[in-house]
Amino acid sequence: MPDNLYPSPIEEARRQAQICNACRYCEGYCAVFPAMHMQRAFSDGDITQLANLCHNCQNCHDACQYTAPHEFALNLPAVLAEVRQDSWEETAVPRALGQAFHRSGTLIAGATVLIMALLFWLARHLPGEGTGFYAILGHGAMLAIFLPATLLPCLAIALGLRRYWRRVEGGPIRLAHLRAAFGSAARMRNLAGGHGEGCTFETGAGFTHHRRYMHQLVLIGFLLCFAATVTGTILHYIFAIPAPYPVFSLPKLFGVTGGILLCLGCLGMLRAKLAGRAELQARAVRGGEFGFIALLFTVSASGLALYAFGGTAALEGLLALHLGAVLSFFLLTPYSKMAHGFYRLAALVRDAQRSA
Amino acid sequence: MTEPDTDPETRYDIVVVGGGNAALCAAMTAAEAGARVLILEAAPKAYRGGNSRHTRNFRCMHDGPLSVLVDRYDEAEYFDDLMRVTGGKTDEALARMVIRRSQACLPWMEAHGVRFQPSLSGTLSLARTNAFFMGGGKALVNAYYRTAEALGVDVLYEAPVTHLALDGQRITRVDYTHDGRAHSLRPRAVVVASGGFQADLDWLAEAWGPPARNFLIRGTPYNRGTVLRDLLDQGLSQIGDPTQCHAVAIDGRAPKYDGGIVTRLDCVPFSIVVNKDGQRFHDEGEDVWPKRYAIWGRLIAAQPDQVGYVIIDSKAIELFMPSVFPPVEADTLEALARKMDLPAAQLVETVTAFNAACGDTSAFHPTELDGVRTEGLTPPKTNWARPICEPPFYAYSLRTGVTFTYLGLHVDETARCSTASGPVENLWAAGETMAGSILGQGYLAGYGMTIGTVFGRIAGEEAARHAR
Repeated sequence: MPDNLYPSPIEEARRQAQICNACRYCEGYCAVFPAMHMQRAFSDGDITQLANLCHNCQNCHDACQYTAPHEFALNLPAVLAEVRQDSWEETAVPRALGQAFHRSGTLIAGATVLIMALLFWLARHLPGEGTGFYAILGHGAMLAIFLPATLLPCLAIALGLRRYWRRVEGGPIRLAHLRAAFGSAARMRNLAGGHGEGCTFETGAGFTHHRRYMHQLVLIGFLLCFAATVTGTILHYIFAIPAPYPVFSLPKLFGVTGGILLCLGCLGMLRAKLAGRAELQARAVRGGEFGFIALLFTVSASGLALYAFGGTAALEGLLALHLGAVLSFFLLTPYSKMAHGFYRLAALVRDAQRSA
Repeated sequence: MTEPDTDPETRYDIVVVGGGNAALCAAMTAAEAGARVLILEAAPKAYRGGNSRHTRNFRCMHDGPLSVLVDRYDEAEYFDDLMRVTGGKTDEALARMVIRRSQACLPWMEAHGVRFQPSLSGTLSLARTNAFFMGGGKALVNAYYRTAEALGVDVLYEAPVTHLALDGQRITRVDYTHDGRAHSLRPRAVVVASGGFQADLDWLAEAWGPPARNFLIRGTPYNRGTVLRDLLDQGLSQIGDPTQCHAVAIDGRAPKYDGGIVTRLDCVPFSIVVNKDGQRFHDEGEDVWPKRYAIWGRLIAAQPDQVGYVIIDSKAIELFMPSVFPPVEADTLEALARKMDLPAAQLVETVTAFNAACGDTSAFHPTELDGVRTEGLTPPKTNWARPICEPPFYAYSLRTGVTFTYLGLHVDETARCSTASGPVENLWAAGETMAGSILGQGYLAGYGMTIGTVFGRIAGEEAARHAR
């Protein structure tokens, strides 16, 4: 695989987009090409938007008559992955953190989880104030830690998205745009391959839905876990029913199902990533992406373990690990692969504005 | 006594020479009929598929909406369209057979892995007549290789066939090279689907003279016509004029081979085109571009050094499909001429004379024959004639790009080849290598893939029946 002909990913993506725009054979595969074909020239913002629309399904690459060894050396999935990556790093708040995680994510994720778990382990000597988990770490202490750990990353993401929105020259957002964007994300339409048979990401030849389905397992699992937290909060504050909750309660049902889906989805994504061709992805951040999958898996697996072995002597250790992983996950969200969900949604909203 | 299944020379019932659309259609059809099939593809795997990898659609008759095709496109209209572009140089019986069978091809193609998409942006005129392959021809080729391999077809890449031994009215041996060694096979039947000879510049030069060496070859460098020549040398019936080829004007900066679709330039109708001396030589506004597209290759070929220069101004830059290389740009015609290595004074004179001959341009309409013409200019520009006066000015160089050749093997309606003494018992041909049997000149977009699919399937069926 030859190196890019231009040093900057945006320049190289512009060169490639110019060739794609003169060909247009891939128009039916995904949202990238119809968006691209509406223009004759591509600003940095245009390229950034195209990059965030690309879901790296790689169908276009395998259909392309101009990939290496052809002298045009097209590799759109890889160059758009690089641009996309750069766009997340450049719009992250603060920028330095974005760059750090993507480059050495596994290390940072591992270290953060360890440190956080250690802190929680030490914190168990603080006086507890309830039963179950709260006997180990009081509810007030948890809140004092997790409330800012949730809000600060949210703020960072919001600021990052605002930077992104300016860069891609987004307009006022209407309900129809959101409906289109969330509809596309819910069905992961851009991994369906246009013909509805999926993508060549893992095989390089035949089309499969594997990556698409695994991604949705992760997404649904994550949302269910989120729902568990929300219902738990409501039970706690509105109905004054504190944890621990019985098996047939909303937080448990959501949490356990979500945890299982998340675990399976993470393993599936890991397998897909290992099977995928590194040269069609952003090579510099492959490590960070594996780190993110490992982090998400640790969050869900430790949560499930807590459910299964909560009544044993392992409780304290598992709780420390789980809380450490969750806290790391929250804190790293704006700077890890987790950010992709927000930027992708933004790109889909922007695309809905274009095609409206 | 050798076991047929273990003797490498007779292990295959059918050898298919070539690895593009027609070859794959033949191989799949034969394998489905139970034959053991080997594809010998000259190209390496990355470049497999011949010119098919650069195609984007096939022209398909349909009585009503069919897959991505809207409305209807019947035999009569299809045939009329064909006659118009070939100027009547068409084998009517074969052409009508291909047209009639094209309708059944679409579902067959889908069943063999091809996926279609609506006509591409910028190609609305083809939405009713041409079914576009999702991802283009390479995606089609990939799908067919997957299907063929699932059917048990074996494929050898980088395995160019060097000789088909004709003994009486039979092909008795297939010679090819692979891994640096010569090999031979003795199949029961052979299908030749290895395209034209356009990548062999020496052969082109035999027909065209030395200017052919300045031509660019838009498709695969592997269509060198080795097998075609080998068969013609052994007395196979040939058809087609060796000087006939599909030649268009493409961006002069395109690669020598394999530039494909992106090197096309659609701006000629909105331009003036000059030669290297800065002189115009043909009516740029003769007809809408799709109809004139194919004559400009020949016009450029007739100019000194086989090069032309298309000149437009800022009014025209948005009016045509973007192409692969950005135009050369300058704020004055003189500066543009210097950048293009054209005689500046002459270019200015040509443009000035052209501008002076332009009249009322209020009726200008980019997609219709608008009759906005020059007066008193030779050659005239009979449509879209607007003065070239609003900087920045843009220029592209033009060269002749050859897509395919017409000289080929003469076949009958069963795709069978023949010699002067009659049919060859076990040799069939499909695709570009026999398309001259149907088209004498001219070209209708997407018809080549239709010929390849229809005749590929026929050849596969006939070969399998013979091998049984």
